[in-house]
Amino acid sequence: MGLVFKNETFRDDFTFSNSPAAIKRFPFPFHEDRYMYTVNIEPHIAGPKGSVYEFPIDIDEHYLSDMRDRALVLKEDPLRCQSLPHMLTAEWDLVELLMTSMSESYPEHFTLTREGDNWHWINRPMGIDQKFTFGDVATLPYRPMEYITRQCQGDFCLLDQRDGDLWMDAGIVSTQADWSLDFDVGMSFKEWHAPVPMAHEVGVFDRALKFLLNMQQGKPVRRLNWTMTINPRLDTSPENYHKWGKDRTTVTPENVGNKVHLRVELQGLWRLPRSNAIVFSIRAYLIKMDELVTVPKWGRRLHRVLKTLPDAIADYKGTTRYRQTTIDWLAKYDDGAPTSKGCWPD
Amino acid sequence: MSGEAEFRVRVAETETVADGIRRLRLVPLGRAALPLFSGGAHTVLTMQDEDRVLRNPYSLMGSPFDSSSYQISVLRTRDSRGGSIFVHDKLKEGSELSITAPVNLFPIDRRARRHLLIAGGIGITPFMAMMEQLEREELPFELHYGMRSKAGGAYWSALRDTYGRRINTYFDDAQQKIPLTRLLENQPLGTHLYVCGPAAMIDWVLTEAREAGWPEENVHFERFSAPPAGAPFTIELAKAGRVIDVKPTQSILEAIEAAGLTVPFLCRGGACGQCETHVVSCSGTIEHNDHFLSAAEKASGGKIMICVSRLKSAGSRIVLDL
Ligand code: HEM
Ligand code: FES
Repeated sequence: MGLVFKNETFRDDFTFSNSPAAIKRFPFPFHEDRYMYTVNIEPHIAGPKGSVYEFPIDIDEHYLSDMRDRALVLKEDPLRCQSLPHMLTAEWDLVELLMTSMSESYPEHFTLTREGDNWHWINRPMGIDQKFTFGDVATLPYRPMEYITRQCQGDFCLLDQRDGDLWMDAGIVSTQADWSLDFDVGMSFKEWHAPVPMAHEVGVFDRALKFLLNMQQGKPVRRLNWTMTINPRLDTSPENYHKWGKDRTTVTPENVGNKVHLRVELQGLWRLPRSNAIVFSIRAYLIKMDELVTVPKWGRRLHRVLKTLPDAIADYKGTTRYRQTTIDWLAKYDDGAPTSKGCWPD
Repeated sequence: MSGEAEFRVRVAETETVADGIRRLRLVPLGRAALPLFSGGAHTVLTMQDEDRVLRNPYSLMGSPFDSSSYQISVLRTRDSRGGSIFVHDKLKEGSELSITAPVNLFPIDRRARRHLLIAGGIGITPFMAMMEQLEREELPFELHYGMRSKAGGAYWSALRDTYGRRINTYFDDAQQKIPLTRLLENQPLGTHLYVCGPAAMIDWVLTEAREAGWPEENVHFERFSAPPAGAPFTIELAKAGRVIDVKPTQSILEAIEAAGLTVPFLCRGGACGQCETHVVSCSGTIEHNDHFLSAAEKASGGKIMICVSRLKSAGSRIVLDL
């Protein structure tokens, strides 16, 4: 099957783009013509071959470029990766989950050999060959979570469960949609969700938390979240707002197709065995409007979703300054024809 | 999302480890390994007793790092439903059963500077797995373990051999009592307290801890109730359109399962909240036996935990949003 890894950037000259195959498998998040927050949690079971749901952890053509961008972020700002001391067991659980999943799903790229606690990890795309002792921090060049997430696409949070709540006590967050691990670390589920509008009032977070507290091993779940980003920038963090905030003022009718991106987060949740912690993965997929409208159903539908989106949600997602310009641009691709149910292209 | 992850297992070994306490070792059938788990986790055993299905939760007491087998210990009690009697009298080496994936409602709080474990009787079992994990993670702990007698207590001697002076034992028949007041007063800041044992013991420890000014988040307990027997009554499932009789020794959950329907559960002991069900209407009084709903929720009568709670008087009827 063989993935071909592209060489591209998510900053400065922004050379990121999607191949036709990547457009086809893009996890378009809208199953109908409008959007509202719901408890959109479903079992994280294998989806169609070639889709982003085929494997528990999706590795795609952007892998090496994603990992290069993460390394740059961490070099400038080590606080993007933090772990409270009591999370070490959960970090090892995460190493096991990711190495096992990556090597089983992509055997031509990753190999894991285990003999008791003696583990041997090979990451061919990144040229890594590492023998280490599972459970012994001294045998890896980084702490366990940082070690493996420098080699795996997506941000990760490790949630400690206690006192009937979840606590964001560790994470590596370098591709976030305007929230900060450094600010949220140590917070509880409702504390870190406090900025989200409308959802608290309708009980979304009460129900989601209750569900997560009783999540079982071996039964991972997933949900999609979305926002919009100007330029294909992965690191839209509050820490670097001065670098990207002004991009929002640069959108013109002429450049919407190239500059405005839909950003979809595929979020996976797993109960971890040794620590009883939960891992929350946030894998961001970007697609520019020019690419998105190559799927007619998506162009029509996104136009309608943006038009009817409640202002509070549109503001929260930071789209206020360029929302109307984007709607006007998308109008060309909406002939008013009905759209079929579900997210996939017709 | 509902429906539990279940595995088939075979009883590979049974042993009477103390008066009335039987240990079982369960090995996987049709799969290479069982999932690892965290100290404090339990599993629910499904046992087929002639035409009756019994499902009981038991703490996993073996090593959390052993995926080749799980171990549980069961105290023979005179419970009305006969789960423990079935385990003692009918399960043999070679018997096959189903178990659910492990769930932990009594996890270690790893922020603790020190872990103070208080066990009574069969309540030792979750601590066996916990201590194995605390030891491996190099976290400091001490155990205080009360039993009726040397013959009636399980594992105390082996635990002493493994963990030495960190294990403190107390035997009722020698008039020994856990020196709780002294223990609670003399702990370094950041100590967490864990208790598992008979209901009266848990109440005693929780009360003393509160009086000694322990912060609530430093106190952990595992309290499962077996569903109590009571009067027979009738349930009506509004969505499924079914009317089902609940027998005196059945829980609502068991009656629903016996009628061939499935409802999500995790603990079957009124602790986890998974089986919370909305009450549409009720002609009688609910006897709330769970540890999950708040006092206000119980008083309002709008919800019921169907794994342990029932109606008080014979012949009454409850309509559930199921
Ligand atoms: C336990 C794992 C989870 C973590 C670590 C997490 C983390 C976050 C964070 C950091 C934010 C950004 C808040 C901000 O603006 O500062 C957020 C937003 C949000 N979360 Fe979660 N979340 C989790 C689970 C869930 C679940 C299960 C739901 C299900 C309903 C949910 C629904 C939302 C929604 C609706 C938003 C607003 C997103 C937007 O409009 O862009 N989260 N979450
Ligand atoms: S199943 Fe846990 S409370 Fe009923």
